[in-house]
Amino acid sequence: MTTLDSRQQATVDAAQVAVQSRGYWATVGVRIRDDKVTVACGVVLALIVLSAIFADLIALADPYKASMIKRLAPIGTDGYPLGADEMGRDMLTRLLYGGRLSLFMGISPIVIALAIGGTLGLVAGFLGGRVNMAIMRVMDVFYAFPSVLLAVAISGALGAGIGNAIVSLTLVFIPPITRVTESVTTQVRSLDYVEAARASGAGNLTIIRVHVLSNVLGPVFIYSTSLISVSIILASGLSFLGLGTEPPEPEWGLMLNTLRQSIYVNPWVAALPGAMIFFTSLTFNLLSDGLRSAMDVRL
Amino acid sequence: MLNYIIRRALYVIPIGLGVTVLVFALVHMSPGDPLSAVVPPDAPEEMVQELRKAYGFDKPLPVQYFTWLGRVLTGDLGVSVARGREVVEELRIAVPNTFILAAGGTLLGFTLGAMLGGVAGYFQGRWIDKLATSVAITGVSVPHYWLGLVLVIIFSVEMNALPSFGMGPGGSTAWAWDAEHMRHLVLPVITLAVIPMGLITRTVRATVAEILNQEFVHALHAKGLLQRQVLAHVVRNAAPTTLAVMGLQLGYLLGGSILVETVFQWPGTGSLLNSAIFERDLPLLQGTILVLAMFFVLLNLIVDVVQSAIDPRMSRR
Repeated sequence: MTTLDSRQQATVDAAQVAVQSRGYWATVGVRIRDDKVTVACGVVLALIVLSAIFADLIALADPYKASMIKRLAPIGTDGYPLGADEMGRDMLTRLLYGGRLSLFMGISPIVIALAIGGTLGLVAGFLGGRVNMAIMRVMDVFYAFPSVLLAVAISGALGAGIGNAIVSLTLVFIPPITRVTESVTTQVRSLDYVEAARASGAGNLTIIRVHVLSNVLGPVFIYSTSLISVSIILASGLSFLGLGTEPPEPEWGLMLNTLRQSIYVNPWVAALPGAMIFFTSLTFNLLSDGLRSAMDVRL
Repeated sequence: MLNYIIRRALYVIPIGLGVTVLVFALVHMSPGDPLSAVVPPDAPEEMVQELRKAYGFDKPLPVQYFTWLGRVLTGDLGVSVARGREVVEELRIAVPNTFILAAGGTLLGFTLGAMLGGVAGYFQGRWIDKLATSVAITGVSVPHYWLGLVLVIIFSVEMNALPSFGMGPGGSTAWAWDAEHMRHLVLPVITLAVIPMGLITRTVRATVAEILNQEFVHALHAKGLLQRQVLAHVVRNAAPTTLAVMGLQLGYLLGGSILVETVFQWPGTGSLLNSAIFERDLPLLQGTILVLAMFFVLLNLIVDVVQSAIDPRMSRR
């Protein structure tokens, strides 16, 4: 075999470069595909979400149907694969249905807070000066409260209820999202190409839309996904305290609360709803970590 | 640096005022009459009006705020509507109890987290790193109120080895350094320690890994320092960040122990908040939230000052 001459070698090199340099999203896709933990978490999470959405198709029993004689039936009872709760309702059914409210109450505050906090942070970071001062100092006041205290204080003041719990959690997550968006935006704003766009006559809105948003959205999105796990734990925590969902709705935190009285009768059935909260929050955390390293985001 | 400390300390004033406004607003945006906790629904109108005047609820909100602020500044948080006792008295009993829990949880979490994180950062990529990282992510994902319940199930229900609720024998509300009180402390402290352990493991791991990649570490090795001596440098450099995270965690546990206190029926500020919310005891709610938030503000100040004292680079930012 003869050695390649230099021109052939150059073609081969160029071909290799062409193969190696994928687009950003293609690279992210490949990184995720190669990361087994993240893929597994994605699958588990999809199963949890789908089983909550299609609970009425999967579940065999009525989540509200009580039975005096089946109260606190142990795991493995005939017709009650995961036992029954303190009212004799089927645990498996209620755990499936419970995911609906728990996931909704955990995820929606992050979505709303991302919209509000993201906008505030973008405005504060892009405009700087007094606007920045005003927005960020108000956020500092909210930062003076540990998150659990703030959530409990707001929903305690507003009273129990799903809506109030979502409002209070949204208020808890607006400040951190605002702060991260502000700091990323401030960094992007002073980059050379933004100056170049400004010098070439682009207006504020165009610069934000074309140059700033595309650089800010990624990190802020990743940061927000890392908050979902905390949000789910807090949302169920509020219900656990009696400040979120109200009986007889199936919701993991509330189920944990009402079953707490029964730990001496049937301890492991009582622990089940919390295990669901744990698995959901764990998979969200692992997935968020996986996305972060795949998207190469440093916060 | 002194300049920085003074500026940082002065910043506590506007933040503190903002906190009072927020706490006041919180309680006054709550629906329903603030007197509903004490007045029976069939009370005569004159009596309601009289009480309203006595509590100052008949004045416009800004006036109420400044009257309240004036009293708060002199250390008067009002009288608990449901219990008929001074809010300050209630807090004097509850705050130390919560502090014991929070301090215990932080200490345990810090010890475990620093060890796990240090080992993980040092042996990056090896199995022990993967183990420590898994423990950390599990720690930050656990709903701690559920973990508390599971610990009770294992150690109280199944093994009957440790008490499942309360702070001491016979519903004790005053801490004592005896064996019975210590036994009551074990489960809540483990429960509270899990989140700080996870967070501190992650912080320490990242910090140690970053420091080990810096050039001065290679220089130390090249100079012929023993591994032990190099590690001393690493610890010195990792300390400020780690202490800052630990300080903030103490604050989070002080203000956020309500869920764990509910699980273990611990007579601290969490229980106080709980009963204030469900008895609609507004002065008690207001006072407890305010005091906990102020602790957090001061703790943040202390963390920043200590950090700038250990690492002067911090104050130049």
